[in-house]
Amino acid sequence: MNVLQNIGTYAIVFAVGGALCAIAELLIVRTKLTPARILVIFLIVGIILEGIGVYDYIFKVCQAGISVPIVGFGAALAKGSIEMAHQVGFVGAFAGGLVRTAYGVGVAIVMSYLVTLIFTAKAK
Amino acid sequence: MAKSSSVITARNALYNNYVETVTPKTSIPKALFHSFVFGGVTCMIGQGIGDIVKLIAPSMSNDMVGNISSMILVTIAILLTGIGVFDVIARQGGAGSFLPITGFANAMASASMEFKTEGLIFGTSVKLFSVVGPVVVNGIVWSTVAGLLNLWITGM
Repeated sequence: MNVLQNIGTYAIVFAVGGALCAIAELLIVRTKLTPARILVIFLIVGIILEGIGVYDYIFKVCQAGISVPIVGFGAALAKGSIEMAHQVGFVGAFAGGLVRTAYGVGVAIVMSYLVTLIFTAKAK
Repeated sequence: MAKSSSVITARNALYNNYVETVTPKTSIPKALFHSFVFGGVTCMIGQGIGDIVKLIAPSMSNDMVGNISSMILVTIAILLTGIGVFDVIARQGGAGSFLPITGFANAMASASMEFKTEGLIFGTSVKLFSVVGPVVVNGIVWSTVAGLLNLWITGM
């Protein structure tokens, strides 16, 4: 029973994550939007979803399917900002997003630097 | 005068037609399918890492499990970028490789590696956020707006 449930979860994760990426690809092909703009659009969608309180319900069903795409990053930023604003007052809104996403961003910066020290980019 | 401008427009049209024939046609269904599969698999790997973390440390809170698994996912993506494997994946995956958080990590690592030749301070450190800068800046600005709005609305 547990195994079946797991397979179901992974199927949903695959379908939702894949669908989001397919929508992004369709936007690239159909419109003249650059990848950076599409990333920002999806990020803001995540912030709006968290802001109106829908994200948690979607996350319960879709799990990593919604949190691994950049939508999850936006939602984490907004969630941190909202939580911290309630804890320490309005100044918390400025710090909360960074505090919550600091694990991922911090490791990305440190690892990028280390990898740059070790490896050299191949000539293209 | 009028004659020369019509010649130029004719030449431009000819050139545009030529460009049209030379540009490789990407079939839309195939690109969509690739994005779907690559994006879906990346998300499933993320889910798998989260499940393994939960198995190893059952007492960990859900937020922390999310943090740890995104850290692991980012680290894997950056190491793959370093050894040059991610470029191969990204060429096939399209949006499936840049929309997940792995694409964010890849953009940072590849920008920093590309500008290593200009020095660690003025190359790597300056260019590290050259691609993901828009995401970070917009993310912080709009999440702050969301936090302030939420506080204002719930406070009333």
